[in-house]
Amino acid sequence: MAAAAKATCGAGAGSPGSVAAAADRSSATSFQRRGPRAGGADGRGPRLVSIAGTRPSVRNGQLLVSTGLPALDQLLGGGLAVGTVLLIEEDKYDIYSPLLFKHFLAEGIVSGHTLLVASAKERPAGILQELPAPLLDDSYKRELEEDECNHKTPESNVKMKIAWRYQLLPKIEVGPVASSRFGHYYDTSKKIPQELLETAKWHEFFLPEKSSSPLSTEPCHLTHGYMKLLEFIKNIISEEGFDGSNPQKTQKSILRIGIQNLGSPLWGDDVCCTETCGDRHSLTTFLYVLRGLMRASLSVCTITMPTHLIQNKSVTARVIHLSDTVVGLESFIGLEREANPLYKDYHGLIHIRQIPRLNNLICDESDVKDLAFKLKRKLFAIERLHLPPDLSDSVSRWSKQDVAGSARQPGLGCGGMAEGARHLDF
Amino acid sequence: MFPELNNLLNTTPDKAEQGKLTLLCDAKTDGSFLVHHFLSFYLKANCKVCFVALVQSFSHYNIVGQKLGWNSGPCAFEAGVGTTELNPWPWPLFLSPLGHHHPRNSTLACEAQAWASVLLARYCAHMRRLGGISLTVARERGQLVFLEALKSSVDIFFQTPSEPQPLQFLREASAGDLRPLYAFVREALKPGDDEEASWRPPVLLVDDLSVLLSLGMGAVAVLDFIHYCRATVCAELKGNIVALVHDRGDAEDEENDLLLSGLSHQSHLILRAEGLATGFCKDVHGQLRILWRRPSKPTAQRDPSLTYQYKIQDKTASFFAKGLSPAVL
Repeated sequence: MAAAAKATCGAGAGSPGSVAAAADRSSATSFQRRGPRAGGADGRGPRLVSIAGTRPSVRNGQLLVSTGLPALDQLLGGGLAVGTVLLIEEDKYDIYSPLLFKHFLAEGIVSGHTLLVASAKERPAGILQELPAPLLDDSYKRELEEDECNHKTPESNVKMKIAWRYQLLPKIEVGPVASSRFGHYYDTSKKIPQELLETAKWHEFFLPEKSSSPLSTEPCHLTHGYMKLLEFIKNIISEEGFDGSNPQKTQKSILRIGIQNLGSPLWGDDVCCTETCGDRHSLTTFLYVLRGLMRASLSVCTITMPTHLIQNKSVTARVIHLSDTVVGLESFIGLEREANPLYKDYHGLIHIRQIPRLNNLICDESDVKDLAFKLKRKLFAIERLHLPPDLSDSVSRWSKQDVAGSARQPGLGCGGMAEGARHLDF
Repeated sequence: MFPELNNLLNTTPDKAEQGKLTLLCDAKTDGSFLVHHFLSFYLKANCKVCFVALVQSFSHYNIVGQKLGWNSGPCAFEAGVGTTELNPWPWPLFLSPLGHHHPRNSTLACEAQAWASVLLARYCAHMRRLGGISLTVARERGQLVFLEALKSSVDIFFQTPSEPQPLQFLREASAGDLRPLYAFVREALKPGDDEEASWRPPVLLVDDLSVLLSLGMGAVAVLDFIHYCRATVCAELKGNIVALVHDRGDAEDEENDLLLSGLSHQSHLILRAEGLATGFCKDVHGQLRILWRRPSKPTAQRDPSLTYQYKIQDKTASFFAKGLSPAVL
């Protein structure tokens, strides 16, 4: 695999990450991608499931949807099961978690799913405008190659000609056609085309607009904003028939729910402000009822939450337990590690904290625990964390020791480094 | 049901003990496999079971129960074939959003039904060999009373229920209590008429009590609930209680710690599943500590706490002495 990757990437093979990168999306090589294609849900269209952008899990028979990042799908055991909640723990400055969030939504638009975007911070319409552009069909391979080896020789640009007459055929337009393939790659440097957005079906929940209207049910101990959101989701699910109560008139679809910055003070929750707030069950109760709603409908939910802001640790533990899949992001920005040569290829670490056990005693846990992400020029990539090769002979001994000392515990916080390395200034 | 765990606990469904409180506890790992074990164990033992399922949906427990094979006795699934009319998702849940009962007229259900019938014959033969437990059948026979809390919480939230629900406290603005839930359990396990007399002593199974804390209950309220249940189920009806609690050791969850220590104080047997201290391992999923508490015995004769390591497989779990994993040897 490594040899093949090097051959494809040409000069770019010097960086250690590129091996894993090519392995991740080996469509650029002659190898077949294991995950999505093995499911048989691509290209030809699935045999049994007729909902676009879904495929049945090989393991437990659940219907899966993609997170919008094929690499993440694979780590989560093929994708997100319909009826579950994905919790994304935001990184400290909330830079990369919106990207994951947007990938999830963009995947919904490309697959023709219905979206429900909830936010207390920015208008959902604005979020949708900012979605990354999908690399559909042919174009994504080209872009991948481009991104992989930026400085390639001109010869590699020359396409191999099998039959010249195919060149005359019109190219397939990247237009408002919903793709049935499972999982797409996205170009983060471009915005999603307007035609795609116009065809998409979406609902918005913007808290400042909704909070004024009175509740239809009796008050309970749930925060007002959460109660409104639950009601809204419940109404959409029953109105559009995602709960199967009335057969959907139009084409069957999945409801993708995205909730941004849940638990932040903007939602009227005080878990982020005080440690001993009286109302700390609001968030967990919300998640519990949300899980109940999800389980009984054709929907899947992604939540980003600033867990590092939550003052009481017990709330975080409970929140994680009440979500199905939990993914944590830890960016290097502002940390000492940003400058560390060990991590020079990456922008942060990604932690798979929890994978649900659905209809099963065990879960699809990947063996690889050290994962890192980076935002390339166009792509958001998740890779296995590799130590860079020590190529130069001139590296002085002290810096090597320093790197090794901090490499010992890559999973811990930055505080771990201070004790290991001997900081002698002379 | 895991036969190996039965061996460790020195029990079989035929000679299940009575009047015991078993505490399941997990730290840094998922202890739900123990819940599945005890569910199928007591169903196999012909006990009347009240299952308060707060975490997952009915079909999740049903499907896992069917997977846990047991090589004796009649196959419950065979009886279940006739009941697929009621539940269009017997096994191949390709389309089921996690255990939702679809109405039969929906096109989704029809498609799946056609597919299911193809697989059903093959699956029945398979299940006949293994002989799993079907919760659907048990529920229809009146052996199992299943409280699907996920479903009923949604109902409580969005509809005005006519009569008090077991999880009524979700709706109350101030801190409610668990009295309706206790009433539900008592009603479910009440020794009834002639035909129910054939069931053996009742069992209350809760998965899991920590969720009640997340839903706003205080630890004291949950402890009171268990105390009442013990009085009714263990003492009065000579039955058993099995409850799962998470141990969030480093999370400084005071309420949860209070609940855990309060329950440990009362329980007769504690099964504690722990993640490995050395971290993730493919071949050893964790270790199980068995702590017997038999107050009748003097201290010198009390069984020591036993520690085993385990690996969970697709349909069963294997237990082995510390460090003696087949993968290591």
